[in-house]
Amino acid sequence: MDKLIEQFSLGLFFWQLILFVALVLLLKKFAWKPILNAVNDREEGILKALESAENARKEMQNLTADNERILKEARIERDAMLKEAREMKDSIITEAKGEAHAQATKVIEQAKATIESEKHAAIAEIKNQVAELSLEIAEKVMRSELSDKNKQIKLVEDMLKEVKL
Amino acid sequence: MYRINVLKTLTFLIFAITVSVNAANIPDEVSSAEQESPVKNLKTEIKEYIKHHLLDSYDFTLYSYTNDAGEHKYVGFPLPVILIDNGLKVFSSSKFHHGEAVAEADGQFYAVYHNKIYKTDALGTINYNEEHHATNEKPLDFSITKNVVFIILVGLFMLLIFSRMANSYNNNPMPRGVGRMLEPLILFIRNDIAIPNIGEKHYRKYMSYLLTVFFFIWIINLLGLTPLGVNVTNNIAVTLALALVTYFITTFSGNKNYWKHIFWMPGVPWPMKIILAPIELLGTVIKPFSLMIRLYANITAGHIVLMSIIGLMFIFKNWIGSPLSFGLAFALSLLELLVAALQAYIFTMLSALYFGSAVEEHDHH
Repeated sequence: MDKLIEQFSLGLFFWQLILFVALVLLLKKFAWKPILNAVNDREEGILKALESAENARKEMQNLTADNERILKEARIERDAMLKEAREMKDSIITEAKGEAHAQATKVIEQAKATIESEKHAAIAEIKNQVAELSLEIAEKVMRSELSDKNKQIKLVEDMLKEVKL
Repeated sequence: MYRINVLKTLTFLIFAITVSVNAANIPDEVSSAEQESPVKNLKTEIKEYIKHHLLDSYDFTLYSYTNDAGEHKYVGFPLPVILIDNGLKVFSSSKFHHGEAVAEADGQFYAVYHNKIYKTDALGTINYNEEHHATNEKPLDFSITKNVVFIILVGLFMLLIFSRMANSYNNNPMPRGVGRMLEPLILFIRNDIAIPNIGEKHYRKYMSYLLTVFFFIWIINLLGLTPLGVNVTNNIAVTLALALVTYFITTFSGNKNYWKHIFWMPGVPWPMKIILAPIELLGTVIKPFSLMIRLYANITAGHIVLMSIIGLMFIFKNWIGSPLSFGLAFALSLLELLVAALQAYIFTMLSALYFGSAVEEHDHH
């Protein structure tokens, strides 16, 4: 202890105290404060990032579930629509077939009627022509028959014979 | 509980080391009077060298040797001597010629004896008392000694690396370069020393001191292990200054609860309170005092043992001496590396513990 007191140097104590306190204050300003702040900020940042990642994960899960549900609904809807369309198609085809059939029948009927009337007209015309032709022939025959006097007398005689009084 | 046990063991070890070192010194002192055999001379010489090495010095000497002409040469440079003795006196320590000459400044004469400056006359007479202590008057000595130089250098070094580390955070959230190694240490001091001992609420204002004291002690202890020959923390003046800062911070941050526990311990009968008050009050001084002694004794003991083991090489002058000395010195150096960090840790830990007790709020009793 005696030795310790003898060894004690006031100068060294003075310098150590001054320099050390100055070092604490300088380091506080230039090093410890910025370092500790940076570390704290980083730690908070990490915590926040972890939290938001967790939130994002949950949201993602929700989103996936939603998507699945929507997909399912969409599929059901699509199926329903397809079914409806098929039914509609069937009914349209059936209807169209019926209508076409009716139309066709009608057209055929009309055609038949037209043909019939045309045929009657043609026959009538043919009859007229035949009558005319027969008259012309009869006239020509008469003319040739009545060209000489004998024949005329004969004809008159024949005719008179036929006439029975 | 575990931590207290560890501390007890450590204190015991420290005590044991100091005691054994002292015990080893006693027979030497008795026999040094005889100085008959050359081995005894060598022993005294080694002891003197160790003693000298442990002391501060006024010049920066890396090593010294004796040249062929028999001259003692020193390699290093002088440092300024600052004395307050009838006014401020500043001169270079080269005037002392490594303690061999008397320095004259403004008509006053000074001489170095056992690494202390004494006032003397032109011839350098030193008067001794019966215990062989110098009785000359000592001027107030504020010299920039080797230790002061190293305190300044360590301070500048810390400012440089830590402010650079702080700047590296500006553009990058992760530390860069040396900060990668230092950040875990800073986080360790915050998470494992400051927060558990002081508490989440108050720890922030003590961080600057705890971090500075940890790195300062650690770096300067490590420097003591280099062959530069510096021993800053084995000066009682240095450890006293450090402990005093801890003491003042504790005392000035003490809250009502802290003082109540000292002067009027709650939960004990009143006669006990009267007995406990002076003990507790003394305790506030003993705590930093133990910090001072612990750091000083550990580092001094380490240096003495290490140098004694190296000195063995010169005493055992046979084939076994050198390898034995080298092996032991190597093993002990590794231990000293641990001690350098451990003492920094303990000082910081205990300071934090004292701060924690000063700001503790709720009653545990």
